Amino acid sequence: MRVVDKARKGSLQNMSLVVKNLLKQYGSQKAVNNISFQVEAGEIVGFLGPNGAGKSTTMKIATGYVPPTSGEVSVAGFDVTAQPLEVKKVTGYLPEHNPLYTDMFVHEYLQFIGKLYGMTGKHLKERVAEMVDLCGLTVEQNKKIETLSKGYRQRVGLAQALIHNPKVLILDEPTTGLDPNQILEIRSLIKNISKNKTVIFSTHIMQEVSALCDRVIVINKGELVADDSLSNLMRSQGKQVSLIAEFEGVVTEAQLSGIEGVEKVVKLEQSKFRIYPKTGVDVRPEVFRFAADRKLSLLGLRQEEGSLENIFRELTAKQEA
Amino acid sequence: MIRVLTKEFNSFLNSLIAYVVIGVFLTGIGLLMWVFPETSVLDYGYADMDTLFSLGPYVFIFLIPAITMRSFAEERKSGTMELLLTKPLTDWDIVLGKFLACFLLVLFALIPTIIYYFSIRALGNPAGNIDTPGVIGSYVGIALLAGIFCSVGIVASSITSNQIVAFILAAFLCFLVFSGFESISTLNVWSSNTLFIKQLGILYHYEALSKGLIDSRDVIYFVSVGALMLLISKTILSARSW
Repeated sequence: MRVVDKARKGSLQNMSLVVKNLLKQYGSQKAVNNISFQVEAGEIVGFLGPNGAGKSTTMKIATGYVPPTSGEVSVAGFDVTAQPLEVKKVTGYLPEHNPLYTDMFVHEYLQFIGKLYGMTGKHLKERVAEMVDLCGLTVEQNKKIETLSKGYRQRVGLAQALIHNPKVLILDEPTTGLDPNQILEIRSLIKNISKNKTVIFSTHIMQEVSALCDRVIVINKGELVADDSLSNLMRSQGKQVSLIAEFEGVVTEAQLSGIEGVEKVVKLEQSKFRIYPKTGVDVRPEVFRFAADRKLSLLGLRQEEGSLENIFRELTAKQEA
Repeated sequence: MIRVLTKEFNSFLNSLIAYVVIGVFLTGIGLLMWVFPETSVLDYGYADMDTLFSLGPYVFIFLIPAITMRSFAEERKSGTMELLLTKPLTDWDIVLGKFLACFLLVLFALIPTIIYYFSIRALGNPAGNIDTPGVIGSYVGIALLAGIFCSVGIVASSITSNQIVAFILAAFLCFLVFSGFESISTLNVWSSNTLFIKQLGILYHYEALSKGLIDSRDVIYFVSVGALMLLISKTILSARSW
């Protein structure tokens, strides 16, 4: 099933990232299979999928590191194969394992990266100082990168991706391998810097998506399985809201299915049921009345929101069936 | 390109590589030139610098691959290649930057040996009796030779992520282009093509230069072999087949 928001259209000039029929093949294996999507300027988009889904490959193609087998990718209006230098100038990229020149000092490293983007003199110094400040590296700025902890290395990685004030920021799993506190710090950092920038980040943690952005692109086994806002995704998955009802006495599934607005009933235990209402209908009053009419005691009635994990599992499992 | 060059050169200076390379080269050559009786100028009796120019290439065969082996292999292993390739640099910027950094380091090792020229000049009888044009030609020759060795080393480093493989491959290839062709040409199967085979190797052109005659054909040979090697590295880098 494809959930593609067809209403999202805009002029191409306004697009920060346009991916059209992208295909990447390694031997006979299709790492990315005919993916198309667009990201508007200023959006934060979560790129979601299980390991090996093709997230990193797509990002590597968008940054000009790996050439696509076929299809078009353009970043801020520049084609990645025809104008790689322009693309690289406007993008900031944090690769998956955050490679760094570990024998350099933090300051030295940021200056080197800044110079690669053509910054010089006072402007470079100011930018480096700004980045050190923004990414919370003030205490660590005169240390060698090899002595830094993983969280701080990640900050250095972010600082180098941001130093030239890129229009488009591509972050490949920016929070993997960090402890929960560091994850929160990096997240808030991303949130901070994402103002007036386009940010595309990949993750396989659903909470991250809900914490940072409202649009999600889900890919699985190289295929695009969803491209929508988070709330739309929840809604379109339909059965996400369910009721758990427990009665005292004998009730059958057939009886419950007769209640107005109920889509499906699943028996969990003896007289304990999971009730799926039709989309957008609140059946709680009806269930209560049902029990009252039959003089049954309603022991419990609990509404369960569909969890993000469930959506993720459902979207990525469908390909396998 | 300059930025890659500076970074590479700084990393030589920061990681002791530069000091070890220059130190080992000068110690080795110094011992051969002045101390060991078999090759010592003092015992030899002629005021020339042949020891430096005939043994220098063999020292370079081991020293230059040691300098170049890390240039691409290390970046590839640690993943920083991805970082560099997603920065606004062309593939040529990266290849040339790395090549020039290595080449510059070798030249820095070579420069102090100019003192030997002045020492030998003073020791000559009568003083100043030294074949100056020959020495200049030899310096040009050894610098160009170092350039080829560096470019060969860069190629070897760009095809593998293992530094030891890069080192051994580079040393072997340097040996092959330096004197391998000369040795091959002595095989009794080439008939009239012997000279052509000989001319493919460095040694033929190197000896011509060390006579003091800087022939444009020899210079073109050195430059084109070096350029070819760098073109190969650039092609390998552009293929991104790892």
